[in-house]
Amino acid sequence: MATEVIKTAETANLEVFSATLQELAAHDRDILVVTSDSRGSGKLGPFGVKFPDQIIEVGIAEQNLVGVAAGLASMGKKAFAVSPACFLTARSLEQIKNDVAYSDNPVKLIGISAGVSYGALGTTHHSLHDYAVLRAINNITIIAPADNFETAEAIRQAAETESPVYIRFGKKGMPDNLSRQISEFRIGKGRVVREGGDLTFVATGEAVLPCVKAADLLEQTYNVRCKVISMHTIKPLDEALLFETAGNNQPIITVEEHSVNGGLGEAVASFLFQKGFRNSFKIVALPDEHTVSGSQTEIFEHYGISEKGLVQTALSLIQP
Amino acid sequence: MTIQELELKSVEYREKILRYIYNAKAGHTGGSLSVVDILNVLYNRIMNVSPENFHLNERDRYVQSKGHCVEALYVVLADQGFFPEEDLLTLCRYQSPYIGHPTKKIKGVEQNTGGLGHGLAICAGNAIAAKKDGLPLKVFTIMGDGELAEGSNWEAFMLASHYKLDNLCAILDYNKLQISGTNTEVMGLEPIDKKLEAFGWAVRHVDGHNFEELTSTLESLPFETGKPSFIIAHTTKGKGVSYMENTLKWHHGVPDKEQYAAAMEELEGIRTKILE
Ligand SMILES: Cc1ncc(C[n+]2csc(CCOP(=O)(O)OP(=O)(O)O)c2C)c(N)n1
Ligand SMILES: [Mg+2]
Repeated sequence: MATEVIKTAETANLEVFSATLQELAAHDRDILVVTSDSRGSGKLGPFGVKFPDQIIEVGIAEQNLVGVAAGLASMGKKAFAVSPACFLTARSLEQIKNDVAYSDNPVKLIGISAGVSYGALGTTHHSLHDYAVLRAINNITIIAPADNFETAEAIRQAAETESPVYIRFGKKGMPDNLSRQISEFRIGKGRVVREGGDLTFVATGEAVLPCVKAADLLEQTYNVRCKVISMHTIKPLDEALLFETAGNNQPIITVEEHSVNGGLGEAVASFLFQKGFRNSFKIVALPDEHTVSGSQTEIFEHYGISEKGLVQTALSLIQP
Repeated sequence: MTIQELELKSVEYREKILRYIYNAKAGHTGGSLSVVDILNVLYNRIMNVSPENFHLNERDRYVQSKGHCVEALYVVLADQGFFPEEDLLTLCRYQSPYIGHPTKKIKGVEQNTGGLGHGLAICAGNAIAAKKDGLPLKVFTIMGDGELAEGSNWEAFMLASHYKLDNLCAILDYNKLQISGTNTEVMGLEPIDKKLEAFGWAVRHVDGHNFEELTSTLESLPFETGKPSFIIAHTTKGKGVSYMENTLKWHHGVPDKEQYAAAMEELEGIRTKILE
């Protein structure tokens, strides 16, 4: 059953985020956006024009950004702190840990141009550590939407959430919805965007799309049917779905735009191993090395986060 | 190098910055054009650093805190002979070491920068170490005006005067623009001279495109014994290409074919004028 893959409609999740925020701000004056000279990078120019009283600029000062957002949130505002994921989750990590998570100020941290979206700008601009560091902090939800639909829903639901949330996405065009069948999105519940019993891809964020493509190719060319889960919420992990998925004892491949250390793959492995599952298992992520230079697409291909690379990885697990 | 030679060098540097950005279809154009005259004077008149002495601890240090303007630095380093200029044709390409921010993989680059607000503290560390070792070297950094909003800079400003780092010089590329607007719109920093003085620094204003002023100011370091020096270099973002000057979109805008040709023509005009 090939998924009806919705055209790669080239709307960036970033654009959808901005549009959704405008929609919310129009009837909720408590929605406040806080930026660190990131208005343009966050596609928030139109937001600023329409809602000048609902945008607060702090300058190039990410620690200040998170601290100020924590103060706003503690006064009942729905504060969205928007900054490139690399700076937001490294520069401001102590503010996230103490002022947001520990102090339970429900800031919505929005990490834009995440992962390796900045391509050849290099390591300073990549966020391959964010799942790992935030997973180790209590009281924060971590979300990486795969498509436009998940992005819009994540933003809407985060706005109504009374606890800290981190949402990260890139700037490349993404499909509007990876699965027409599944129109439900709930934070903490993975979405099965493609069914199949021979192997499962558990992926997150922009790494889900190459899994869907690989799954189509695996079915057409090799008659291997793959299930693809968009595990948009990395914390808390959808353990029930993983439990059910692993039950058939077929191979599992996790795929993410993150370091191999401390991300989705290790989270899934840890859960399954402790539950006694021994499915063959492979983590596809960025290895612990100086990341190759190039565009996001080139970096993905280099490390096998691509249709071709994932087909190979899948076949290696199925025909050992 | 004479003042006229420096002026001609800067025209050449600007042409090369645009050439490699145009070729890579990426780069920080405006800030590279605003900073390049300062780099020109530092590398051609002031600093004791070259491919020959780069392995010696005695060399002067330069850390580019506003790392995004790497194209200006690469072009100047190539001209100093640190690496073949043709290498820059691979700028931002797959597997090229010449990425869009300074990296120590490239000879001549002292530190990996790109995240703003890191350079000054590293330089302060260099300056303390040099004093401990009795090395008479100088340490330089160039910072962006938008960059000054990062709190880490102010921690380092405080420390540098506390430790009387008169072997340290920070230069502000004061082009008055950042990504989303003017400094005044985004995060005001005036009166920047008084702030730095209050932090214990000796401060001078210069025209960041005037080679005589830049040279004489940099030759008179330290401005005061026992104090770090801060140079407020008033610059124009996009300097040298009129349609890019003082225009937000040229922060990281890349010229198309016609724009590139027009820019080159304008720079050639500047060269002709210098030679007249
Ligand atoms: C810590 C950090 N935050 C944000 C950025 C993204 N960024 C790159 S350049 C820039 C604007 C810099 O403005 P300014 O310092 O005035 O530099 P210039 O005008 O000289 O280009 C921003 C926000 C960054 N590189 N590092
Ligand atoms: Mg500036």
